[in-house]
Amino acid sequence: MAEYAHPEALISTEWVAGHATDPQVRVVEVDVDTKAYNEAHVPGAIAWAWTTQLCDTVRRDILSQQQFEGLMAASGVTPETTLVIYGDNNNWFAAWAFWQAKIYGHNDVRLMNGGRKKWLSEGRDVSQEASHPAATQYQAHAADLSLRAFLPHVQDASAHRSSALVDVRSPQEFTGEILAPPGLPETCQRGGHIPGARSIPWGKACNDDGTFKSADELGGLYGKEGIDGSKPVIAYCRIGERSSHTWFVLKYLLGFDNVTNYDGSWTEWGNLVGANVEKGAAA
Amino acid sequence: MKVEEYQERKVTLDGWDVNLTSYRLEAEWHCKADNVSPGAALCRTTGATREEAEAKALKRAAELLERTRRHAV
Repeated sequence: MAEYAHPEALISTEWVAGHATDPQVRVVEVDVDTKAYNEAHVPGAIAWAWTTQLCDTVRRDILSQQQFEGLMAASGVTPETTLVIYGDNNNWFAAWAFWQAKIYGHNDVRLMNGGRKKWLSEGRDVSQEASHPAATQYQAHAADLSLRAFLPHVQDASAHRSSALVDVRSPQEFTGEILAPPGLPETCQRGGHIPGARSIPWGKACNDDGTFKSADELGGLYGKEGIDGSKPVIAYCRIGERSSHTWFVLKYLLGFDNVTNYDGSWTEWGNLVGANVEKGAAA
Repeated sequence: MKVEEYQERKVTLDGWDVNLTSYRLEAEWHCKADNVSPGAALCRTTGATREEAEAKALKRAAELLERTRRHAV
């Protein structure tokens, strides 16, 4: 059985249970549902709200370097801290936070395998008390934009098939039957997918308990769609968080060198005037 | 404090598969409804019993799901 390419990027619930309050460790919960932390969380964990703390709240963008440094400092994180991130929905927005931490060069950042779901289902201790770590000074690296895809790059990839495009949304979003996950507001003018994209929903990378599938299973899942690391890969979804989950899988579990997350995703492409759109199943 | 009596079950609402996660935290029951695919959280509720928390979640989830438009492909 193959090993993950970077097993150190994952940490078990058992390890977190024993180390969550270590001085060199900062555990952070990042949920789709930002109320979840208040209900119950890993004792000692802090929370980041993806809606306000992991994005620029004025223009549509990820955190600037300065904003990232401010978040780390307020969170009691130093460049030497082991940053352990977990969250609901099998680590959707935890992966989004992981991606930004890597963009700004944080060395030791890990996802708790199985996320919030596994922690709760195992009946581990939880707390309703918010943690307030002492502030630090934090100097980030300049943004590593090799981890992020912007629109021109994606347009070129679609037009020339220069990179593999992986659409990680649900099959109904991919075909254009629905414009947003069921029950959520529609955030685009057109449905469908970027021409040339393959449909590999993010959740196929997970086991029922929220943990990631084995390296062999993941290799088979993506390989049968022609995603084998032999050419650059761009992952996208609707707003970029589900695709950061797949980005993590491809880059850290399968070890593909050139993987980017297109965080503009369908809310950008599906609102573009004149953009080519494919509907229905993948060609 | 620990989560107790953790349970997940799947139901179908308005043609959509929904995952209901419920558990007890001390005396209060909590329930979360989310789409099985793609997994988006729909609502979070509480109740004095599992049944009450689930019933609230199902009601709210149904309200949200019935707004989902299906487009011709």
